[in-house]
Amino acid sequence: MQEWANQLCENRQFGSKMTDSKYFTTTKKGEIFELKAELNSDKKEKKKEAVKKVIASMTVGKDVSALFPDVVNCMQTDNLELKKLVYLYLMNYAKSQPDMAIMAVNTFVKDCEDPNPLIRALAVRTMGCIRVDKITEYLCEPLRKCLKDEDPYVRKTAAVCVAKLHDINAQLVEDQGFLDTLKDLISDSNPMVVANAVAALSEIAESHPNSNLLDLNPQTINKLLTALNECTEWGQIFILDCLANYTPRDDRESQSICERVTPRLSHANSAVVLSAVKVLMKFMEMLPKDLDYYGTLLKKLAPPLVTLLSAEPELQYVALRNINLIVQRRPEILKHEMKVFFVKYNDPIYVKLEKLDIMIRLASQANIAQVLAELKEYATEVDVDFVRKAVRAIGRCAIKVEQSAERCVSTLLDLIQTKVNYVVQEAIVVIKDIFRKYPNKYESVIATLCENLDSLDEPEARAAMIWIVGEYAERIDNADELLESFLEGFHDESTQVQLQLLTAIVKLFLKKPTETQELVQQVLSLATQDSDNPDLRDRGYIYWRLLSTDPVAAKEVVLAEKPLISEETDLIEPTLLEELICHIGTLASVYHKPPSAFVEGSRGVQHKRLPGSAGSGESVESPDTGSAAGVSDAPPAVIPSQGDLLGDLLNLDLAPPATTTGPPPPTSSGMQMGAMDLLGGGLDSLMGDESEPLGGDLGGSPAMGAGFGAPPAGMPASFNAPVSGGLDDLFDLGGGVGMPSGAYSPPKSIWLPAMKAKGLEISGTFARRAGVVQMEMTLTNKAMSVMTDFAIQFNRNSFGLAPAGPLQVLTPVSPNQSIEVALPLNTVGPVMKMEPLNNLQVAVKNNIDVFYFSCQYPISMLFVEDGKMERQVFLATWKDIPNDNESQFQIKDCHLSSDAASSKLQGSNIFTIAKRTVDGQDMLYQSTKLTNGIWVLAELRVQAGNPNYTVSLKCRAPEVAQCVFQSYEAVLKN
Amino acid sequence: MIHSLFLINHSGDIFLEKHWKSVISRSVCDYFFEVKEKAVDPENVPPVLQTPHHYLISIYRGKLFFLSVVQTEVPPLFVIEFLHRVADTFQDYFGECSEGVIKDNLVTVYELLEEMLDNGFPLATESNVLKEMIRPPNILRSVVNTLTGGSNVGDTLPTGQLSNVPWRRAGVKYTNNEAYFDIIEEIDAILDKSGTTVFAEIQGVVEACVRLTGMPDLTLSFMNPRLLDDVSFHPCVRFKRWESERVLSFIPPDGNFTLMTYHVSSQNLVAIPVYVKQSINFFETGSCGRLEITIGPKQNMGKTVEGLMVTIHMPKVVLSANLTATQGNYTYDLTTKVLVWDIGKLNPQKLPNLRGSLSMQAGAPKPEENPSLNIDLKIQQLAISGLKVSRLDMYGEKYKPFKGVKYLTKAGKFQVRT
Repeated sequence: MQEWANQLCENRQFGSKMTDSKYFTTTKKGEIFELKAELNSDKKEKKKEAVKKVIASMTVGKDVSALFPDVVNCMQTDNLELKKLVYLYLMNYAKSQPDMAIMAVNTFVKDCEDPNPLIRALAVRTMGCIRVDKITEYLCEPLRKCLKDEDPYVRKTAAVCVAKLHDINAQLVEDQGFLDTLKDLISDSNPMVVANAVAALSEIAESHPNSNLLDLNPQTINKLLTALNECTEWGQIFILDCLANYTPRDDRESQSICERVTPRLSHANSAVVLSAVKVLMKFMEMLPKDLDYYGTLLKKLAPPLVTLLSAEPELQYVALRNINLIVQRRPEILKHEMKVFFVKYNDPIYVKLEKLDIMIRLASQANIAQVLAELKEYATEVDVDFVRKAVRAIGRCAIKVEQSAERCVSTLLDLIQTKVNYVVQEAIVVIKDIFRKYPNKYESVIATLCENLDSLDEPEARAAMIWIVGEYAERIDNADELLESFLEGFHDESTQVQLQLLTAIVKLFLKKPTETQELVQQVLSLATQDSDNPDLRDRGYIYWRLLSTDPVAAKEVVLAEKPLISEETDLIEPTLLEELICHIGTLASVYHKPPSAFVEGSRGVQHKRLPGSAGSGESVESPDTGSAAGVSDAPPAVIPSQGDLLGDLLNLDLAPPATTTGPPPPTSSGMQMGAMDLLGGGLDSLMGDESEPLGGDLGGSPAMGAGFGAPPAGMPASFNAPVSGGLDDLFDLGGGVGMPSGAYSPPKSIWLPAMKAKGLEISGTFARRAGVVQMEMTLTNKAMSVMTDFAIQFNRNSFGLAPAGPLQVLTPVSPNQSIEVALPLNTVGPVMKMEPLNNLQVAVKNNIDVFYFSCQYPISMLFVEDGKMERQVFLATWKDIPNDNESQFQIKDCHLSSDAASSKLQGSNIFTIAKRTVDGQDMLYQSTKLTNGIWVLAELRVQAGNPNYTVSLKCRAPEVAQCVFQSYEAVLKN
Repeated sequence: MIHSLFLINHSGDIFLEKHWKSVISRSVCDYFFEVKEKAVDPENVPPVLQTPHHYLISIYRGKLFFLSVVQTEVPPLFVIEFLHRVADTFQDYFGECSEGVIKDNLVTVYELLEEMLDNGFPLATESNVLKEMIRPPNILRSVVNTLTGGSNVGDTLPTGQLSNVPWRRAGVKYTNNEAYFDIIEEIDAILDKSGTTVFAEIQGVVEACVRLTGMPDLTLSFMNPRLLDDVSFHPCVRFKRWESERVLSFIPPDGNFTLMTYHVSSQNLVAIPVYVKQSINFFETGSCGRLEITIGPKQNMGKTVEGLMVTIHMPKVVLSANLTATQGNYTYDLTTKVLVWDIGKLNPQKLPNLRGSLSMQAGAPKPEENPSLNIDLKIQQLAISGLKVSRLDMYGEKYKPFKGVKYLTKAGKFQVRT
């Protein structure tokens, strides 16, 4: 740094005297002393110049904190520029000199009373930027005054200051009632104040998931819409983003909001435009499709989206990522605008790739000729990544638009003729997909493909080619020779190619058994005896077994008709798409991931849903609006149905990366078990000699391989501790979801005594079973009459717990009868912070009356199954969470070894990531994740022979620490 | 919201950092440098990057990266728009946006950044408002300030900030009242080998320079406003009047500003002012190739095409070009492999032609890609879309201003494939 500054000085020596570069010409020797003297000078001008020098040094990263007292002395001045400069300095260094910073407080407080509103605002603004606890205490009174200042400029500055203060000390803001004042400002007469209040509240709400700060109702919405027209462009963005969270009561309200938002589409600021698009896309869902206005709105959306594409490339990129979502949801908006997505040769690569993706999504029979001509053009470009993607795009067009398939294939053949290595390889990969979509149609091209066999050096292309040869072995005269040539270097091939080769030769054998017996034996022995890859070996055994016991069955399995692939494979799964549409314009929309997937636990995860459409005049409804009603458990359409999976399982390794956009549904594991039965008991004898754990042998299918085929070496070393429970635990380790885990559940206690509820007694507990939180209750009728019509409701609570269905009490409960009910819960209900955090208020109704009670759930119910953090992430997160958020607890009288403790905790989804032993003390590093995405990191210290454990918890939301600790104690002691 | 800003030069040095909340170590930029290294060309660095704890959102302007760090979910367009606004402001204040000029004005830059953003929320981004609070540097003022001890910072509340017209300050006075409008259109087009238009559209902008006393209320009307497919307005334009009457009604900011941008899309027929006949061939043997380009006028509405220039990014294997131009000069840059042919005015009687041979690296295979031609041109006094201003009226003030409208057509991204 110092060196760089020197160099800079040298470079700048010739610089003009009029510029700030002169501040660099001071030599480093005694620089600080010189500045000190100047700062204490009597001359105003000299003082100012000195402060400027100090600031200049600060901006380039030099440490000038030693001058703190001298600079602060310059603060009391009438010169606004000098004051501002001193403030700039203060903001930077107050944190490192908290005691000195106190000296400045008086001036701040005085400035907050200054007759000049500019100075009042400046003072309150700067005070908020000084992140020193001692100072924030003094900030409260001036801030309160400024929030009610007569001058809107001061009020709007103060609104932002509340957000700053909240960032430093959230509790203080709540205690002082600033949040309510901020809410009042939403009704302020000045639109700028309204916008800033909304911005501040949105930011606070984000770090504070449990609060219900922005309570939107028709009145506030109306105020926001009025302010929207008059505030600055940035304010418009805040307001629009806030509006997007509102759910209108009916389609009329929805339409009136849309009408008032549409003018924003003509704003020069593209962020305003995109936020407006978000509001419209969301509220449109509620409009009946036969409404004239619906069509008008659709037409209005296209031009601004097109205009976004003529902006700077960075803006284009974000716009394109969002347009990608919009065309998947509502392709009709841009169906005539294909041409604007045509690629220019000097577009940045990230823009090119996005444009290409959208072109394919918009491809239809009407425009396919144009699209293909373009794609062919792109395939001759310079950039290799882009060329590859263009070739793949041709294949996707063929699969999407059936009429174009023939033309696509001939285009691909033209490209193969160019002999450009990577073009040929990409082309072969996509032709394989075309074969899978249109079997027995384009096999005439196989000869051309075979000519290029030697030039293939990428695994994917080799595997694709081998698949083609195996699949069409009966039509290729020298199929055996071709495959044999691959076999020579079998061990040097990648797994993908090896698996394909194995399958292809088995297929060949089943088709031409007489000539290829030797070949098949060779490949089976290579796969089973000489390979140490469990997937390959297991597939080899399965084939071997099949072929030797029942060749007819083998034929049925291996040569089964395969499901056709469809264009759907690269679409975003509908429920995710719906959520992303609600997040248009945000980072989530750029990454095409829901915010919960990548934003850290500092914020509440609220899954946003599109509102359902209005019931009126809904005769023609598209299938995806059907699911818009909020059915989230419908299986993603891209995953083939169970029956088809079997064919895939044995035949194709190429497809899975393309077809699975989400995790495999839990049902598939059961199905694979079925596949194993198919092999009968003979399997054991075949493998009798192998002394391998069962888990390893199951890994025949790719999906299973991911589940538990991974060798133990792949697990963190800390897991070498013996884990009880055998297979179940194996599933857990591998990230298996949905397996019953031994989560701790407290014994039932009485929640509602009979005397308080006219004879109804409720006792209950909470449990987490197979990833679902359940409320398990015993209802006892201690009254004289029969009880019927049970229903249950929860009040808002800290984690949004809500019943996932109605209370299932089907039969009337007669006097003195008890029944057991298990009520599954979800965590998507309304959120409000409770005291204590895990308090739940419940209302139960029956034919007699409504009864209220409250109970506390162990927070461990909310620990999710995928709460195991990567080691690296753990380390980084631990460091990143400020030490203030750490809390320490003692667990007394616990007599478990550290390993036993670890496995016990794991049963409740508290995962040990690493273990370290120092001086006979075991330290376990653990992570757990709550349903709302909050991560809790823990360090558990266990000293051999000492029954007292120490737990240190770190979490971005320190409020949960106490509850988490209680769970630790409960789990360890039971 | 926006947490921090780093300015990074071409060679990867961070030369300015500004934090609006707590300080974030500059090591966060390492993730960016990693990606920048991979991207080779600085233009190809993706604008949004994810790191374990932050998001990095950047723009590339004037050979500088403006890199902002955000920690929470923020609309990325919001950040990108803001960064461009910062760059525009530097441009506006210092005449250019470069490392040198920023370092020369570090304190002003720092004051500006402080004024533009508060706690990550934009505060004052309108040039008019900023200039009232922080005066742009100029030599005369520096001299006067040094003599009198005056300051660069205004000590009154910026009047625009609170009024209903935040973009205009009160009490503007001129002796010469004038309002000039430039209508500038850029043609974005892709032509294929045979000269057929693959895609063409027009991006238009109305730049205004208004120096009028008091609070004038202007109305600008067009002869044919329905030509425009999509419009984006400066906040001063009353949208309702446009919706109902298709006129631009507004109280203008003081000085230079962009009144409106518009778009005439590919659905309409876009006139292409020139045609290009070209052939670029590389031979299988002999490591050489031939190039011939001729340009002629097409639909130029009877106006002269000027500033004509052809740029070609040649394949890497092309070592040198031995060409003859009937008009203008050509240069071939060996390191960037860019061939530029600067033609100047297009003479319809004697069409400019460039022909000759290209020599390639010995033994290198014939290049696979076909280089595209990029065309630059200008046509004065013509808006190629046909847009015409019919009149400008002023209300609210009594004096008579000077009024003027200029038209200009330029090539935007105008490409010819070979």
